[in-house]
Amino acid sequence: MRLEKCWFCSSTIYPGHGIQFVRNDAKIFRFCRSKCHKNFKMKRNPRKVKWTKAYRRLHGKDMTQDATFEFERKRNRPERYDRNVAENTLKAIKKIDKIRVDREARHHKERMRHKKSKEQKEAARELEQGISLVKAPAVLQQEPSLTLTKVKVKVSAGEDETRQMEE
Amino acid sequence: MVQYNFKKITVVPTGKDFIDIILSRTQRQTPTVVHKGYAISRLRQFYMRKVKYTQQNFHEKLSTIIDEFPRLDDIHPFYGDLLHVLYNKDHYKLALGQINTARNLIGKISKDYVKLLKYGDSLYRCKTLKVAALGRMCTVIKRVSPSLAYLEQVRQHMARLPSIDPNTRTILICGYPNVGKSSFINKITRADVDVQPYAFTTKSLFVGHTDFKYLRYQVIDTPGILDRPFEDRNIIEMCSITALAHLRAAILFFLDISGSCGYSIAQQAALFHSIKSLFMNKPLIIVCNKTDLQPFENLSEEDMKLVMEMKEEAMKTVIGQGGEATDEEGVLLKMSTLTEDGVIAVKNAACERLLNQRVELKMKSKKINDCLNRFHVAMPKPRDDKERPACIPEAVLEARAKEAAEKEKRKLEKDLENENGGAGVYSASLKKHYILANEEWKEDIMPEIFDGHNVFDFVDPDILQRLEELEQEEGLRQEEEADDEDMDGEELTPEEREALAEIRRKKSLLIQQHRIKKSTAESRPTVPRKFDKDKKFTTERMGRQLSALGLDPSLAIDRARGRSLSRKGRKRERSLARAGSDADDAMDMDVDQPSSKKLRMRSRSRSRSRPPGEVVPGQGFKDSAQKVKAIKLVRKSQKVRNKDARRGDADRTIPTLKPKHLFSGKRSLGKTSRR
Repeated sequence: MRLEKCWFCSSTIYPGHGIQFVRNDAKIFRFCRSKCHKNFKMKRNPRKVKWTKAYRRLHGKDMTQDATFEFERKRNRPERYDRNVAENTLKAIKKIDKIRVDREARHHKERMRHKKSKEQKEAARELEQGISLVKAPAVLQQEPSLTLTKVKVKVSAGEDETRQMEE
Repeated sequence: MVQYNFKKITVVPTGKDFIDIILSRTQRQTPTVVHKGYAISRLRQFYMRKVKYTQQNFHEKLSTIIDEFPRLDDIHPFYGDLLHVLYNKDHYKLALGQINTARNLIGKISKDYVKLLKYGDSLYRCKTLKVAALGRMCTVIKRVSPSLAYLEQVRQHMARLPSIDPNTRTILICGYPNVGKSSFINKITRADVDVQPYAFTTKSLFVGHTDFKYLRYQVIDTPGILDRPFEDRNIIEMCSITALAHLRAAILFFLDISGSCGYSIAQQAALFHSIKSLFMNKPLIIVCNKTDLQPFENLSEEDMKLVMEMKEEAMKTVIGQGGEATDEEGVLLKMSTLTEDGVIAVKNAACERLLNQRVELKMKSKKINDCLNRFHVAMPKPRDDKERPACIPEAVLEARAKEAAEKEKRKLEKDLENENGGAGVYSASLKKHYILANEEWKEDIMPEIFDGHNVFDFVDPDILQRLEELEQEEGLRQEEEADDEDMDGEELTPEEREALAEIRRKKSLLIQQHRIKKSTAESRPTVPRKFDKDKKFTTERMGRQLSALGLDPSLAIDRARGRSLSRKGRKRERSLARAGSDADDAMDMDVDQPSSKKLRMRSRSRSRSRPPGEVVPGQGFKDSAQKVKAIKLVRKSQKVRNKDARRGDADRTIPTLKPKHLFSGKRSLGKTSRR
């Protein structure tokens, strides 16, 4: 039993899922679901399709090289069974996973570092440019507050009536 | 063993017949009708086809002739020489060569005439070319007809040649004419050869078959040989000479000791000595025939001496083959075909000698495996009663015994299975024989998949160490990260935030409207403002929008109303005007309001007298360019109706790409394969 990677989106294919396509030159393409399969048949390049891992890695959205990836490598030579090694491996997998996830989060944070300042600048600009939609420039000159003063209308007709009625 | 079969050669027709056959076939198998009105290419093709067809047929037939006649160099030398003797090799080759040249010539003729025909410009010319081509081909054949006749004769004769296999066991009978060769062959085989008192009754080789020790032997009867120098021999003698020369056979040299053949023993001995070179490496037996007329013992001394000389020669051949020197019986034999006395003995002796020789040769050659089934291993005759069993060393015996015991003791997997419930119940533990560091681990089940990863990809003896390093690295990085600080830029005040939200809301509304307009642009009619059902161009609306921006709309509304041309709804003006007509000077407040008609006229004429791009301050245009653009837009949105039936804006779009009435339905007449 082996978990494979989808050729198109690089997600893991669990047993019982997906389709395997063997081409005439004996290259095997595995797909996790029909979405990836259909995209492949349409001859789309996964490196250009936004939601695939290939695109994300290529455009720097996700981490590309890291020491945690080196741990997972397809070994073709079988090793003789050793209980201790097996135990250690299982423990290690968990830890490696955690580290990998942390690192990915860090990468994301790093990417989003300048987001706030950018947003603020943009908001300021938009405000400056678009204020004319909210308040006419002439009015703005007279009164420099950005929003229209809200005119408070007292709704007192009902009260008077009751008072009248009382009286 | 290839059987030369000269009977399968096809008949070679004579020259005339040949021509007739081919020409008639051309006439039958190619189209015959052509008119001079046909296209020139068709005419050319017609005649070219005839020429080519004729050439092909000639080629075919001549090729079969050439291929079927055997090539004298390729066949067994016996046959080669025989054919040479009978038909003269040179003449034969020449004939075939002529046929070959004829074939090539015909090919050339055809090519040349086809080339000429390609440029024939009339029916008549093409026809003459074709006639010329065929005529020339036929002349070639006519020239070659003597060769054809000769080959036909050769073929007929070859078909009647006896089928002699040059490689099998053969016994050859030779000697002077009339010594009794044919009678001998008649006796031992089923051949029925002519036996007559005159010489050269047998004029060619005859074959008979006889059996000895479950094997078939060819017996070849040759015509008699006279004692002459080699060059003087005639064809018939040459046949037998050829046979003697090329066939690896046992030779029976017949001697007529009675002299009734017409030749003395001396003459026969002389012959023997002259052809003894042909007896090299062949088992030779000297047969004295006609013992009924003259018994062997009663021969004269000289004759006996001659015979003994011959026997000496024969003995030499025996010794040459490694036979025993003292074996006299196989060399000189006496018989009489008339009384059938000794005939069988001769045959047996000859067959025996031949067989021995062939066996010896085969033993020496590599083909022994083919003959192995005919051999028999002789056990040595025991010379005393002593037992001599096979000698096996002790160690080997012990090992054998131990192996046998082990085989019985060892418990098989199958037995185990049977004990534990049979095939369906018991499943063998495949891990029983694993070689591991610790025996307890044998039945361990290792997981293959863990947490979305393949465990086998991670397996590594020093994985812990690497993990340690990794964690250290991670620790370092985390420390670095803790030092980082977040920059805090300018934050927006709540008022600003409100304004921003409002801006965004308005923008999204605009975008939505634009999108609707964009998508429905082609299907939406551009309606002039007077048919404005949605009331988008009312002063109330304008007033509302302006006040939403914070501006006071009343002035703008008044201005818009003041300049508006429709005065129908203006109650106040109307009543005032009526009142004004009665008493002009009484109304003070309406003095500046002129009558409605005058007002309308004045305002319209005023607007017409201005240049089109002039900016009037109350109209709301920024500058002249904007006004011009606005005017243009107005004109564009209300275009004059096109009544010329010319292609207009409305014809640019296709409202429905697939109207149903064009794409469905059956036709009353005709096919619906094209729509």
